[in-house]
Amino acid sequence: MSKPFDLLSDDDLSTCVHCGLCLDACPTFRVTGLETESPRGRLYLMTQWKRGTLAFEEEQVRHIDLCLGCRTCEAVCPSGVPYGRIIEAGRAEVERLRRPSPKRILSKVALRQLLAHPTRLRAAGAAARAAQALRLTSVVRSGRQLPKLRPQFHRPVGDVAAAIGPRKHRVAFLVGCVMPILYPQSHQAAVKLLQLAGCEVWFPPGERCCGALFAHNGDLDTAERLRDANTSTYLAGNFEALVVDSAGCGAHLKDFYPELEGKVKDITEWLAEIGLPEPKKEVKLRVTYQDACHLAHAQRIRKPPRDLIRSLPGVELIEMRHPEICCGAAGLYSTLEPQMSNRILQEKLDDLSATRADVVVSANPGCQMQLEAGLRSRGSKMTVEHITELLASAY
Amino acid sequence: MALEAAVVEELRRIVGRESVIDSANDLRIFERDASIEGAIPDAVVLAASTEEVARVIKVAAKHRIPVVPRGAGTGLSGGAVTIRGGIALQVTRMRRILEIDTVAQTAVVEPGVVNQELSLVAASHGLFYAPDPSSQKACTIGGNAAENSGGPHCLYYGVTTNHVLGMEVVLADGSVHWVSGDAPDRIGLDLCGVLVGSEGTLCAITKIKVRLLRIPPSVATLLAAFPTIETASHAVSAIIARGIVPAALEMMDHMTVGAVEAHYHAGYPTDAGAVLLVEVDGIAESTRELMGAIREVLEENEGYALREAQTPAERDLLWAGRKGAIGALGRIKPNYYLHDGVVPRSRLPQVLSAVGEIGEHYKLPVANVFHAGDGNLHPNILFDLRDRDVLQQVEGAGEEMLRAVVELGGALSGEHGIGLEKSAFMPWVYSPDDLDAMQRVKRVLDVDGILNPGKIFPDPTREQVHLAGRTGLAIEAKWW
Repeated sequence: MSKPFDLLSDDDLSTCVHCGLCLDACPTFRVTGLETESPRGRLYLMTQWKRGTLAFEEEQVRHIDLCLGCRTCEAVCPSGVPYGRIIEAGRAEVERLRRPSPKRILSKVALRQLLAHPTRLRAAGAAARAAQALRLTSVVRSGRQLPKLRPQFHRPVGDVAAAIGPRKHRVAFLVGCVMPILYPQSHQAAVKLLQLAGCEVWFPPGERCCGALFAHNGDLDTAERLRDANTSTYLAGNFEALVVDSAGCGAHLKDFYPELEGKVKDITEWLAEIGLPEPKKEVKLRVTYQDACHLAHAQRIRKPPRDLIRSLPGVELIEMRHPEICCGAAGLYSTLEPQMSNRILQEKLDDLSATRADVVVSANPGCQMQLEAGLRSRGSKMTVEHITELLASAY
Repeated sequence: MALEAAVVEELRRIVGRESVIDSANDLRIFERDASIEGAIPDAVVLAASTEEVARVIKVAAKHRIPVVPRGAGTGLSGGAVTIRGGIALQVTRMRRILEIDTVAQTAVVEPGVVNQELSLVAASHGLFYAPDPSSQKACTIGGNAAENSGGPHCLYYGVTTNHVLGMEVVLADGSVHWVSGDAPDRIGLDLCGVLVGSEGTLCAITKIKVRLLRIPPSVATLLAAFPTIETASHAVSAIIARGIVPAALEMMDHMTVGAVEAHYHAGYPTDAGAVLLVEVDGIAESTRELMGAIREVLEENEGYALREAQTPAERDLLWAGRKGAIGALGRIKPNYYLHDGVVPRSRLPQVLSAVGEIGEHYKLPVANVFHAGDGNLHPNILFDLRDRDVLQQVEGAGEEMLRAVVELGGALSGEHGIGLEKSAFMPWVYSPDDLDAMQRVKRVLDVDGILNPGKIFPDPTREQVHLAGRTGLAIEAKWW
């Protein structure tokens, strides 16, 4: 058995110079005002655990649990603290040491039993859709969180969609685990855009969940197993880029899949790079853009999505005061930490309504789901779209 | 020493159960600010209103418990460190902008409002808040007022005290007062002037009325490289001698530029011995003319690779690099010790060479990034606390650098405050009579000495003359 906190690197931790520039970038600090709920405080805590100067106690685990893992702090840190890597390691350590709680065991089992198994997940998705039709889902909170489910996304026959017009590129497309069930329309729009841009799109058969949700919740073993399986699936094919329309998956593939280095591209990054044909229709909408944390902060992609939105005729892009601050979704966070998630969401909704936009656009299913639930609860008319849907509506 | 349970209960009744932190392990996380000082508070109390601040201070006064107001904890002189224990009174939840008056061009804010947030909100009215400390995206207006903070643009616009029109404060007895207000001339005794920069030793600040300025129609920002830090210093003097006061005039040395470029990729020339960042603002005709004159002076003084920001985004990136410079030095060593002595501008070349020699003598890397225009140095001594005995070396080097500053006719601090780190050096610049006059003001306003005790004035009871090693930083000491 390894020593406690072996996974945490002291060199990583010591890159923090304690300057505090990250504090107001942290959603949990912004709502609590507490050092203990700030990136600097969490790093100081993990450093003390690692160096054995502070005893490990359950009470402080709370501060690690409350971290959204949004990595906004990492993007603003001038010292280059690899916060994402540190918090993943910290969480994995905490999971080894803490007293098990029923809620966390349940979510861990559910994750392993569902997400890692595409067929089971699809069955569950179909069941949820049926339940929704029977109005059964509104009785539980997580049910109310769900978007209106549509028929699931299906990969084309032969696992390839041809380019529209001359073929200029061949890309692989990450179908992923929850996207095809929760947001099939985003995938459809993404594939259409890729085809319009001259891409032949390959859907790697046998692909499984990328493992992001496992890594973010301290289950690095499962994340590694999924990575190894997926890597051999991907490497069996030929493609210029593996295109991803879910920011959380994209960030994880970039950080955690060394053999795909340089090949993983967010859909906005890729489309901005290869260019889309001239839009065919005017889209008369006031649009605001919510940075998905794992796109803006983990992948540092903020300009391409905005450029793409602005390129649509008729669209007016109105920025929120803090588009870069998390909405509180953060993967499973909204389920595991509903209170804090909601406090953060309320700030986001205030910021959103001040823009008076018709549509809020994001590039990640978690953000979409959280914003939809929030706007619904306030009776707002603002709708939520994945950026691919907005873009595709111009063609 | 933990607070008595009854006192904790009293505090909880005021601010709510969740808003008093007294768990020993949690309190460890509050032991530091951005300096290398550290000391563990006995409790952290989060206040949400003036009334709560006043009631908390009343309880503290009754039991003679020290109270240290705390904002974001980005201070560099140990101002927020609870060196005598007691209550860290956190105002970070008081973050409402209460009023923006676009005609009078003023704002009333709570102390926890983040500096940059105020300018962000004011910008929709065409206004901005001028003092811009490098930590502006995290530091609070309350903290700025307490420390009388500066920033790059204070060369032209003045420091915090020039922009605070009035404040609501809570004194050591828990009484609430407004000092000064709307009039440009502070009528009667200028108490606001006394309280701004009092570093939490005279009052807790609960509201601040600040001046806002109209965003200048035109801004020009120029980056210039120099072969050495000396040539860059001469260029600074030459600009001022030409009668030009730029909005900002900043210098970074070779080491800093390397660290900054690694994070920001702002196009800083990494081969340069030093760079200057010069900004002028105003109406377009005047900025063009001034920039023309500045270019001439820089080129006459060996400036090369002059590059003017072409877009607001480019300008922002150059400034992000400058403002993130100190954090970026973490790429070289995990710890820094930063002084902010000020010298007359004409003495910059001498003081910088002294700083360099002291660094070499102690075998410690020193990175310079500073407000060259007003002679406000920021030598960063870089080190790794995990190296055995390094702290004494660092402290020794820091002390010698400040000595050099004072010998060249300078002052101990330009904008970071005296706090803990420089209190022992106050007798270098003030006579016993001067210090006594200040301490009499302190005693009148805070009879029992509960507000941020142990700061600003030399503390005869302190065992070591200076800095760390005593308290919080035990974390690293124990590690080795």
